[in-house]
Parts: sequence; C-alpha cells; structure tokens
Amino acid sequence: MQTNLGQAAPRTFSERMLRGRWIGKVMLVALLAYAAWAVGRQAVQAPALFMEQVKNGLQLGFVYAMIALGYTMVYGIVRLINFAHGDVFMVGAFVSYFAISRVNLHLWLASLMPGLPEGLSLLVGTVTVILLAMVTCAFLAVVIERVAYKPLRTAPRISALITAIGVSFFLEYFGALDFVFSPDFITYQRPFPVQVWYIKGGIHPLVPGSEVPAGSVLFSNIFIIIALTSIFLLIGLNFIVRRTKVGRAMRAVAYDKPTARLMGINVDGIISITFAIGAALAGAGGVLYAIAFPSIVFWMGIIPGLKAFVAAVLGGIGSIPGAFLGAMIMGQAETLSAAYISTPMRDAIAFAILILVLLVRPTGILGETEREKA
Amino acid sequence: MKTRHVVSVLFVLALLLSACGGAKPATTVKVAILAPLSGPVPTFGVSTRDGALMAIDEWNAKGGVLGMQIEAIVEDSQCTPDPAVAAANKVVDTDKVHYIVGEVCSKASIPISEIAEAKKVVQISPTSTNANVTLNADGTTKKYVFRACFIDPFQGAVAAAFAVKQGYKTAFVMYDQGNDYVRGLAEAFEGAFTASGGSLVGKESYTATDTDFSAILAKVADAKPDMVYLPDYYNIVNLVMAQAKEKGITMPFMGGDGWDSADLNKVAATGGFYTNHYSEQDTRPIVAAFVSGYGAKYAGAVPDALAALAYDATNLLLAAIEKAGADDATKVAAAMEALSYDAVSGTITFDAQHNPIKAAVVLEVTADKIVWVDTVAP
Repeated sequence: MQTNLGQAAPRTFSERMLRGRWIGKVMLVALLAYAAWAVGRQAVQAPALFMEQVKNGLQLGFVYAMIALGYTMVYGIVRLINFAHGDVFMVGAFVSYFAISRVNLHLWLASLMPGLPEGLSLLVGTVTVILLAMVTCAFLAVVIERVAYKPLRTAPRISALITAIGVSFFLEYFGALDFVFSPDFITYQRPFPVQVWYIKGGIHPLVPGSEVPAGSVLFSNIFIIIALTSIFLLIGLNFIVRRTKVGRAMRAVAYDKPTARLMGINVDGIISITFAIGAALAGAGGVLYAIAFPSIVFWMGIIPGLKAFVAAVLGGIGSIPGAFLGAMIMGQAETLSAAYISTPMRDAIAFAILILVLLVRPTGILGETEREKA
Repeated sequence: MKTRHVVSVLFVLALLLSACGGAKPATTVKVAILAPLSGPVPTFGVSTRDGALMAIDEWNAKGGVLGMQIEAIVEDSQCTPDPAVAAANKVVDTDKVHYIVGEVCSKASIPISEIAEAKKVVQISPTSTNANVTLNADGTTKKYVFRACFIDPFQGAVAAAFAVKQGYKTAFVMYDQGNDYVRGLAEAFEGAFTASGGSLVGKESYTATDTDFSAILAKVADAKPDMVYLPDYYNIVNLVMAQAKEKGITMPFMGGDGWDSADLNKVAATGGFYTNHYSEQDTRPIVAAFVSGYGAKYAGAVPDALAALAYDATNLLLAAIEKAGADDATKVAAAMEALSYDAVSGTITFDAQHNPIKAAVVLEVTADKIVWVDTVAP
C-alpha cells in the first residue's frame, strides 16, 4: 500500500472526492449566494440605506487595513505573527488621547496663528496628532522587536509566537495600571467638531438637530479623514516597498534572508524598519479608530487586532494588496451581515467566510503558494 | 371623654403589665444594620449606615416604636459572603435582634437571607437587586426577607410608562444579548410599551465588546422611531450616542440606572432620559425634607440613592413593627406584606415576591448636568 500524504495531485474523480476540498467550495458558494440574496433583496427596496451601510463597512475596512498591513509586513519578513500589534494600535489611540486632552496638541497651529481659518488649523493639528502617534508606536515597536523578538530569531518559531502573546498581555495590563492608562473606559475628545453632510440630489450640510430627508446617504468629516488618511498611507507604503532602496531591501530580506545578508543588506536594520512602519500604520489606525468610536480602554486593541489579523490571513498573509483586500472584505462582511442578516451573527458570518475561503485557497485570496524555505 | 381616658389608662396599664410580665423586660427594640463599611464598596456602606441611622434617630425623637426606644447595632459585612454570615450570626445570636437592615450587595444579602429565614428574623435589604435575595431555590418567597429597591426589569416598565406619557408611539430597542441586566430591562420595556399601545419598529442586539454601531444606527435612522431604548451601561451609551449624532439621529434615547455614572459623556448623551431609584432633585416634600435633614445631620452631605434606600428600608421596617403592634418577627413580616408606606423613593407596597411596587424617577441628561424630570409609577 502506497502512503499518500496528500502531496501528489489527485488524478481521478474519486480521489478528488476523497480529498474533500469541494465541500468547502460548495459551502462557500452557498454562503455567498445566501448572503447576496439576503442583502440584495433588501438593498433593492432601499438603495440609499444600502449605500449608507456600504459606507459604514468602508470606514471599518479602512481602519482594519491600517492594522492588517502591519501584521502582513511583519509576517512576510520574519514569519512571525506579531500578536502585540493590536496593543500597539491601542497605544496609538491613547497617545493621541493624551496629546489632545492634556496637551491640546491639535490646537497648536490655531494658537500660533489665530488668523487662520479654523478648519485648516484643526486639520493640521489632527495630522500632527496622527504623526505623533505614528512616531511613538514606531519607536515602541522597535523597542519590542529588539527586546523580545530579536534574541529569539533562531529559536523555534513557537517560542517567538508565545513571546508575542506575552508582549501583548504586558502592554494591555501595564496600560491598565492606574498611573498609565487606567482600567476605565475613557471618553475620547475628538480633535475636531463633527460635521455631517447628506447626499440627495447634491451635497448638503446637515444642521445639527434637524431632520434628515428620507432616502439620503450621510457622510461625515470623520469618514473623509479616515478614508483620506488610510489611502494616503497605503500609497505611501506601496511607494516605499516598490520604489525605494529600503523597500527593495525589505523584499530581498523577505525572499531570502541569508542571501540578502551576503549581498550586504543590514538584515536586522531592515527588520526593525519593517516593524516600525507596520507599527506606525497601526498607530495611525488607533487614532482613526478612536476618532470614529470615541471611547477608549486598555483592551480596545484585542478585537480589532484579531479582526485585522483575520483580514490579513484572508487576503493572503505576507501580501500587502491582500491585506488591504482582506480588510475591505471583513469590513463589508461585518457591516452588511449586521445590517441585513443578523447583528449577533455578524462575527460568526465574517469568520465563516474566512474558514471557507481558506478551505478553498489555503494561502488566502492573493497569497502565493510558496514552499517553506529550509 | 371620660371613657376614653379610662381606656387609655387601662391600655397603658396593660402595656406596663405585659412588659413586666415577661422574664426579661424589653426596654428597647434592637435593629441590626449590616453594611459594607470596608471591602470593595465602602462608600456604599457609609451611605447605607448613615441613611438607616437617620431614620432610627427620627423615630427615637418621636418616641420610638411601640413606646420603646430603638437601638441600632451596626456591623461591617464587607459586601462579602463570609463576613456577612459572621455579622448576621453575631447580631442574631449574641445581640438577639429580630430585625436586620442590609446588606447592600446581593452576594452578601443572599447568605444573610438564609440565616434570617432559618432563625425567623426579618431582613430588609435596601439595595440588593438579585431575585434570589427574596426567593428560595424552588421559586417560593422567603417569608422573612424583603427589599426596598425595585429589581432591574422593573425599570423597563417605568421607562415604557414615561414614554407613553411623553406621547411616544414607536420605539426602537437596542440591547446586549449577553447581559442579563440589559436583556431584562429591554424585555420589560418591550412588554409594557406594546401593552400600552406603543409599537416596536425595530429591535437589534449587539455584544459587549462591539464598538461600531453604525449598521444598527443606520437602521434606526431609517426606521425613524419616536424614541430609542438603550438600557446598557454608560460606556456603551457613550459610544452609541456619539455615533448616533453622526447619523443625524435626533430622537431621544432612554435607558436605566446603568447610565448613572460620573463617566457618562453628557455632551454625547444630551437629550437622553434614564430611570433611577431616586433623585435628590425630586420636588416631592418628603424628598426635600429628607435631603435637608440629611445635610443638617451629616455636615452638608447630599444623600445618594444608597442613603435614600437605606432610609426607606429602615422606615418600612419600623412602620411594619408599629403596625404589627408587637416586637415579634413573624407578626412584623406579616404586617410588612400588607404595608403601604409613603417613602422617599415613592409610595411602597410589596408584591407576592416581597419586591416593592413603587415609582422610579426619570432623569434627563443635559450638556453639563443631570436633571430630574418626573417620578413615574409603572
């Protein structure tokens, strides 16, 4: 009897049946067909509400993308699932909270040049707050990498994974101390006043307290800030990875570490830079998340971190476009299932999609089928 | 005239004789106050003790109960089962009390209630909301155990009554399906609101770790209800109401005492209403008298809900003793069941499960403070 470990391609119909991947395919198609039917039926009845929900999903997806990119970059280069990433995201939110509520950093330009239009100075102030959170998180991630991950680079992969979980818990419960972030929910002060517009035969500003006309789609300056910041950072990241020397070195290290070292690339330095960039994106994501959902607490990074990790795996971990695509799918899956199928089931549906996609494509949607390097 | 004098003299004589006739002449009525003066919630304990002592002092100033002065025995029960049991055994066995006011926490009140049942001592808890404080495991009511606060779901019925009074016809309910408190209030609201002619235009659940409520709120905006019922804790309320503003949602939100926190984001929650046990701003004379009396007694302190409920619980107990006409726990328990008493937190009667039937206050959130609006009976 030949021992078949599933390496060889199945040749006959019965072999293919036995391998069972078709079960996942059938279930995925069935689930997607059901979801499309459930959403589509109601979307046709109320197209404006559907557009509104898609916009809600986009907003969530952009934030997930900010976190998912860090997971995927770090995994791509050191094959480490950095579970502390969600907590770096939390630190980003808290840094911006202290900058806004304690230091009034978002008002620096307004106080220096009071003559400027309020909108412009607040925009510059908000960008400054986001930059501060990005720099702080990048610095934090480099420290974490040097202290906790670098000494374990040649250790078995499970050791680094457990260390990552340890770092995650450390950040959470260190943050929960009374003199750090405190264990309480904190009301987050947005760096700018919320302005809402509605689209119905043109764009009109919504006067607070007034009725919204039926059948209009709403959007706020929060949505604009989130969308613009994340698109800008994505383009910037793509530029760094594709067009710069550092980016080329990152790709080389991801592809083959020993050879990259032989070519004179400072592998440790490049790994640090990768951690820093990923954490900076998470820090920006933390600020955007806190602006969108203005209540922060020390464990706030766990759930978005987990969802973004799922998004990265869904898109194909190690792939930057994959992380973005996965995050967009997660955002829509969550929002649309909450809106049209069942609110308590929304996470179940999002994770069912993940499992079924992985059954069909074990490397994720845009993941490359790669061989383990020796 | 003359006959009445004779009757009163005979009555006084009878009292004296009966007092002298016993083996141990009782000169005082002893009431134990079990409060968590240390442990996790010491501020609750201090308020409870102060409220109960104030009631006892007022009765003593008026001549006590059944012509006897009332002696308060205060013990620290720590909001914890073991110290609570030790304190209850001490006051029952050593001090020979027949009446216990306490505890604050359900997890301490439940073991005390078992001692009270076994030793036939009347217990009234001012603030423990768990159903098992007054109920046995088989669902029957504990004969000697009462409470002065309403249990959680009751607030849902009060909120519905207020909503109907405000003229709201349609409501949307948002609730955390994994939280018994929230679900209990939501179900009670739904039942009472639909029973009084209102209709539910939507009902959505979420989980405690959710932060993005945009999908649900888009449905709320689409359904255009007259009000939204959100009986969750302040942290969820802060998130939901901040996001609601961005959806152009202007209808009022309403909740329960989970909103009652210094950390409630008043700017986001402006225009919202919530039900609570008591408000010091209540304009009824009995509340005003209680607030000024408490301030005079305790250096200008403003009584909180715990002090008000402890004050009510003690008054209920003493009124029941007066009504029973004897320092006898079994008779007092029976008298309490039939009692109707005008208390600070509303006129109280007891239902078959020894839970009070009374009004709750409705408070409105404004940008800088919480304002009393109404006191509503369900």
